[in-house]
Amino acid sequence: MASARERAARGWVAPTVTALVIIGVWQAVCSLGLVPDFMLPGPVDVVRALADDALLLLAHSATTLAEAALGLAIGVALGFAIACLMDRFETVYRALDPLVTVSQTIPTVAIAPLLVLWFGYGILPKVVLVVITTFFPITVALASGFKSVDPDVLDLMRTMDATRWQVFRYAKLPAAAGQFFGGLRISATYAIVGAVIAEWLGGASGLGVYMTRVRKSFSYDRMFAAIIVISALSLALMKGVDALQRACMPWERAERKKQS
Amino acid sequence: MPSSHDNGSEAPALEARGVSLSWESEPVVRDISVLVPNGEVVCLVGRSGCGKTTLFHALAGLTRPDAGTVLLHGEDVTGRPGRVSYMLQKDLLLPSRTVIDNVCLPLVVAGERPAAARDKARPLFARFGLEGTERLWPSQLSGGMRQRAALLRTYLMANDVVLLDEPFSALDALTRADMRGWFCDMARELGLSALVITHDVDEAVSMASRVYVMRGNPAAGEATVIAGAVDIARPGAREGFELTPEFLAAKREVLGLLG
Repeated sequence: MASARERAARGWVAPTVTALVIIGVWQAVCSLGLVPDFMLPGPVDVVRALADDALLLLAHSATTLAEAALGLAIGVALGFAIACLMDRFETVYRALDPLVTVSQTIPTVAIAPLLVLWFGYGILPKVVLVVITTFFPITVALASGFKSVDPDVLDLMRTMDATRWQVFRYAKLPAAAGQFFGGLRISATYAIVGAVIAEWLGGASGLGVYMTRVRKSFSYDRMFAAIIVISALSLALMKGVDALQRACMPWERAERKKQS
Repeated sequence: MPSSHDNGSEAPALEARGVSLSWESEPVVRDISVLVPNGEVVCLVGRSGCGKTTLFHALAGLTRPDAGTVLLHGEDVTGRPGRVSYMLQKDLLLPSRTVIDNVCLPLVVAGERPAAARDKARPLFARFGLEGTERLWPSQLSGGMRQRAALLRTYLMANDVVLLDEPFSALDALTRADMRGWFCDMARELGLSALVITHDVDEAVSMASRVYVMRGNPAAGEATVIAGAVDIARPGAREGFELTPEFLAAKREVLGLLG
């Protein structure tokens, strides 16, 4: 047990040292005046900006988080529904599978202005953009997860004379759980970034709105502060997904313990 | 729940009459007739790829044979799944369910409430050598325990007739020998009738009261047929049967039929 903890602790050392070195070099470059202040603020300036604007950033974060959460929830529900249809009807699978793949290559930044044109400056275009970016990873993960079920398990279910719903509930859904959470993890980070990009193009509040404002006043220290907040939110969401996965898939821990 | 069917009816537990099957219009097995008397263990031996598993799919009702009928206690169950308990070659325990919930799955699928199903399964854990594993995950069990859990699940499939497809082939030799003895004792105690596929002649002769020998090579266009059956009389205790001349004689006969 102690050795496992030691190993985990050692896993933290290398990245922490690397990060400290990068921050140190960054601060040195700024302190020595190698790059003009207004182009690259130093870490100390960024932390000061973060502290000064803490309340403001919190308010903007709430907006962005709300848009991201709402969009993600709708995206997951939509992705789940489509993946189920693709699983139930082979025709739907064949019709949608290539389209889903192609649609993943559409750049989010490019469609954002269209959404503003169609849906205005309120919360709607932001949520729609988050839905569009999050539902593809979910659909792909679930559709391939449903397909990953062992065909012998399906035979086993048939020997029990299981209904289609029972096969889905007991065999396919658990088989897809791992891939689903993998997709959800990606989608969660996309959700924050998607909301911020949509906010760049206009709105009353949100981290993207904050970013466009500070850019116009050339306060790049506050720009960096916003970037740090976005990273922190994405990281928190990912950790949240990991916690949810651990709660929903308790058997995984037993399997991991066996492997180590 | 399984129950013994010795209510005066003379119908065997399971009977296949003239079953023929093909795969993409190539015949795999032809005119197979086998009979499992009530409360007995019967083995089917044959070389790999001779169509044993294909035949079992038909006996379990997963596929409908081109010809022939499958009778369960005299009732025609041809092409009807869910009537005969079937244990596939792999243990197929679902990683997402605890051992007890895996074992209960047939009951839950049949419409029982999970709590009631667990109450039914719990007393059987000791008999299957699984006490204390109820709340573990399948990945925490040894190979032999996984196989016993799969057998308990098969037993709870609501029938006293079980089909076992190479049930012990994934186990090491010592565990396999233990499991064989354990299975025969348990089957006798619970009044199960079993049809067991194996490619291990020793295993077949040591377990069964009758061994059917399948011969053929469907891949070469030669449909598999029953080459013959060997009845094995085994008076008294089974202990040490593998060392008797009767065992060797039966084994020689089976090997002769295998060709």
